[in-house]
Amino acid sequence: MADVTYEEAYGDVLGDDAAADDMYAGAYDTTEGRVYTVTGADWDSVLAPPEGEKERVVVNMGPQHPSTHGVLRLILELEGETVTEARCGIGYLHTGIEKNLEYRTWTQAVAYVTRMDYLAPIANEAGYVYAVEKLLGIVDDVPERAQLVRIITLELNRIQSHLVCLATGGFEMGALTAMTNGFRDRELVLDLLEMITGLRMNHAFIRPGGVAQDIPEGGVAKIREVMRKLPNQLDGVPQLLVDNGIWKDRTSGVGYLDLAGCMALGITGPVLRAAGLPYDVRKAQPYFGYEKFDFDVPTADSCDVYGRFLVRLEEMNQSIRIVEQACDMLEPGPVMVADKKIAWPAQLSIGGDGMGNSLEHIRHIMGESMEALIHHFKIVTEGFHVPAGQVYSAIEAPRGELGVHIVSDGGTRPYRVHFRDPSFNNLQATAAMCEGGQVADVIGAVASIDPVMGGVDR
Amino acid sequence: MNPTTPQYGDLALFGHDPLWLVILKALVLFIGLVLLTLFTTWFERRVVARMQQRVGPNRAGPFGLLVPLADGIKLALKEGITPANADKVVYLLAPMIAAAAAMLVFAVIPLGPVVSIFGVSTPLQLTDFSVSTLYILAIASIGIYGIVLAGWSSGSTYSLLGGLRSSAQMVSYEIAMGLSFVAVFLYAGSMSTSQIVAGQTDWWYAVLLLPSFVIYLISMVGETNRAPFDLPEAEGELVAGFHTEYSGLRWAMFFLAEYVNMINVSAVAITLFLGGWRAPAPISTVWSGANDGWWPILWFLGKILVMLFVFVWLRGTLPRLRYDQFMRFGWKVLIPISIVWILLVSAWRGIRNEYGTDLRTTLIWLGVILFAIAAIAFLLDLRRAPEDEVVEPTYDPYAGGYPVPPLPGQEFTYTRRAPQTVPATVVETSALESTGQELEGDRNE
Repeated sequence: MADVTYEEAYGDVLGDDAAADDMYAGAYDTTEGRVYTVTGADWDSVLAPPEGEKERVVVNMGPQHPSTHGVLRLILELEGETVTEARCGIGYLHTGIEKNLEYRTWTQAVAYVTRMDYLAPIANEAGYVYAVEKLLGIVDDVPERAQLVRIITLELNRIQSHLVCLATGGFEMGALTAMTNGFRDRELVLDLLEMITGLRMNHAFIRPGGVAQDIPEGGVAKIREVMRKLPNQLDGVPQLLVDNGIWKDRTSGVGYLDLAGCMALGITGPVLRAAGLPYDVRKAQPYFGYEKFDFDVPTADSCDVYGRFLVRLEEMNQSIRIVEQACDMLEPGPVMVADKKIAWPAQLSIGGDGMGNSLEHIRHIMGESMEALIHHFKIVTEGFHVPAGQVYSAIEAPRGELGVHIVSDGGTRPYRVHFRDPSFNNLQATAAMCEGGQVADVIGAVASIDPVMGGVDR
Repeated sequence: MNPTTPQYGDLALFGHDPLWLVILKALVLFIGLVLLTLFTTWFERRVVARMQQRVGPNRAGPFGLLVPLADGIKLALKEGITPANADKVVYLLAPMIAAAAAMLVFAVIPLGPVVSIFGVSTPLQLTDFSVSTLYILAIASIGIYGIVLAGWSSGSTYSLLGGLRSSAQMVSYEIAMGLSFVAVFLYAGSMSTSQIVAGQTDWWYAVLLLPSFVIYLISMVGETNRAPFDLPEAEGELVAGFHTEYSGLRWAMFFLAEYVNMINVSAVAITLFLGGWRAPAPISTVWSGANDGWWPILWFLGKILVMLFVFVWLRGTLPRLRYDQFMRFGWKVLIPISIVWILLVSAWRGIRNEYGTDLRTTLIWLGVILFAIAAIAFLLDLRRAPEDEVVEPTYDPYAGGYPVPPLPGQEFTYTRRAPQTVPATVVETSALESTGQELEGDRNE
C-alpha cells in the first residue's frame, strides 16, 4: 500500500465526485507507490512555430508510408522541398521479444529471435546461438558440418536480404523493374533456404549446439546449381541501375556520411564499408570458422547511397563465393553437438503428414527406453542449464554488426538477453544523412541504411 | 473529287457540318476516349508485367480485358472521402477540371481525310481552325489547374507538395513543348492541325525536324507526369502526390485525365511529327489506297499504340528523377537547345526564301556543324565535374572531428590531438583554499 495517496499528495485534481461515483478504479487509484503522470503537449502547440518565425511545414512520413521500410516514422521539417530537420520515430513494431526470452528455455529462444530482423532471421539465430555456446563453453565442440551448414544458410540469408534492400531501394526511386528482378532472384535463394530449413523465413534452424537438421539428400547439388546460376541472374538489378545516368544522379552524393560520422554514430555494415573502412566481423573476429574462407570485403570511398549500392552488389558475389567454398568443405558427419545434455534429443524427419519428430525416435522413447523418455521430457520441457555469467558476441548480419549480450544466472532460462541490432544503430544516421537535402533524398538515404523495423524495435 | 470542293488541308472544309453530325462526332470522340483509356490501363499493366516476367491482369474477360471495367465499377461504388481540412468547393471542382480539359484536346486532332457520313461529306475531325495547335497548348494549361487546385485544396502536406511540383513541372515543360512546335509551324506555314498533316505528305516532320521531335517526346512525358518524370505523384516520396486524399469516382477522374492526357500527347506527336493519320512509308508505297476512306483511323490507332508502348517502356526501365534535377534538365537543356534549333531553322528558311536553293547545301552543312558544336558544348558543360583540386589524403585521425581508425594503406601516426603525457604538478593548497573561500562568500551573499 502506498503511504500517501495521490489526492493527499497533489490535491483533488479530478473533483470530489469523480472518484466517488465511478464504480471502476479511477486513473489515479493505484496501490503501488508514487504515480507519475506523463502527458504530452497539445499537438497544435508542438507544431506551432517558435516566436518570431514564419510558418513551418512538418511532415510525418510514416508510420504508414509506402517507403519507410515497415513502420518507421520520419518527422521531417520542410522548407519547400528542402529538409531542414529530420527525426526518426520508432517503436511501432515493438514486440517484447527480448523480455519474452527471459521466460523461455535457452533453446526455445531461437524461435523468438528469428522473428526480430525478419529479413535476416538466420543471422539473429546465429548471433544468439553463438553467444549461448560461448557461455556453455562448447564453441569448439560444435561439429564441423554444423558450422558449415550455418555458414551456408548465413550467406544465403545475406544474399536474400541484400536483394530486398536493392529491390525496394530501387522501387522507392521509381525503378519498378529493378524491384521485380530483385524479388525474382530472391525466390531462388528462398527456395534453397526452404529446402535446407523447411521454411522461407523465421526458420528457427540454428540451435545451441548445432543446427536443427542436416541438409536433405541432393541438397548440396541443388545449392551448387543455384550458385552457378545466380551470378547471371543477379545482373537483373545492376544492369538496369549501375550505369543508369538517372540512378547515378539520384544516388551520388546523396545521404553522405563519412568515416568520422560513421564512427561517431556507431555505424556498421555496408554503410560503414561504403565510407572506406573494411570492417567486417567475419574478418575482424571470425566465428563459425569464417577464417578458413577466402573472400574479400568490398568497400567504396564515396560515402553515399551509390557507394552503398555497389558495396551490397559486390557483397552478394562474395557470399556466393563463400557458399561454394562451404559446399566443397562439407563432409558427412553429425550436425549437433555430441553432449546429450545439450543436444536436442531428436532430429526432424519427414513423415506422411509433413515434417516432425522422427518416428524412429518416438518409437525408441515410447516403446524401448524409459530413461530415454525421461531424458527427452526433461530436456524439451525444462531445458539445459547454462553456467552463470555474461557474454557479448558479435556476428556480421547483412546490415552490420549484430551483437548479442546474454546474462545467465545459471538457470535454464536467460536472465537477460539484449540485441545490438545493426538497424537500430544505423538508423541514428538518418538525421545526419538527410538534413539539408531534398525530400526525395530522404527516401534514398533511408533505403541505403536498409533498416528493418522488426530488428529496430524488437 | 469535285473541283469546287476544297482539298484536304483547306480550312474551308470545316464549319459546315450539320448539328447532328457535330454532336455525333463529339459523342464518338468522348466514348472512344473513355474506351481507349480502359484499354490503355489494361495495355500498360500487361506490357509492364511482361517486361517484369509477370502475368498481369488476366481474370475478367479474355486476356483480362475487362479488368479495367471492373476497376471502374469498383471505383464508382467506393465512398468519395472529403477531408475535414479540404476546401470543399475547390476539392470537388479540381478532378472535373482535370478530366474535362483532357477530353477537349481531341476536338482538333485529325483522324482521317474527308469521308462520307450518312451522305454528308466531312473530314474525320471535329473541327479545325487557323490556330488549333495553340488551342491544344491552352487546353493543356487549363488541365494543370485541376492538379494544382487538387493539391492545394486537399489540406494535406503531401498533396500540397505534389501540387507544387506539378505546377512547376508542367509550366516549365510546356515552354519546351511550345518551342518544339515552332519549327513545325515554320515548316508547315500553318498552326492548323489539318494543314500540318497535309504538309507531311512526302516527309514526316519527325525526320525533317528530328531535334524538335526529340524535345517534344521528352517534354510530353514531363507534361503527363509519367515515369521517369512522375514527381507530382512520386509514390516513394509523396504517397500519391496531388491525389493522395482523393478516393472513389473523384480519384477515377484524375486517373481518367492522366490516361486521356497520355493519349492526347501521343495524338499531338502523331499529328505534328509522325504524319498524322497517313499510313507509314512501306504501306503507303505499296498500297495507294491506304490513305483514303476509313483506313487512316487504323493507322492513327496503330501509331497511338506505338506511342503508348513507349510510355510503358520508359516506366518499366527508368528510375524517377529528383525535382531539382528535373527542373535543371528542362530549363538548362531542353529550352536552350530548342531556342538554338529554332534559330537555325528560321535562319535556314529565311535564307532559302531569299536566295533559293543555291546556297542551300552549303548552309545545311553550316547549320549542322553549328548545331553540333552547340549541342556538344552544352553536353560537355553538363558533364563537366566541378573542378576540385586533389588533396593528397594524409592520415589524421581527428580530421573529421571524431577519431577514426586508419584505412587500408594508411599508417597509424600520433597527431597533435592524440593524448599526451603531462608531468604531474603539485597543486598548491593555498590556491584551493582561496577558491573555497570565494565559493563560500558567494553562498553567503
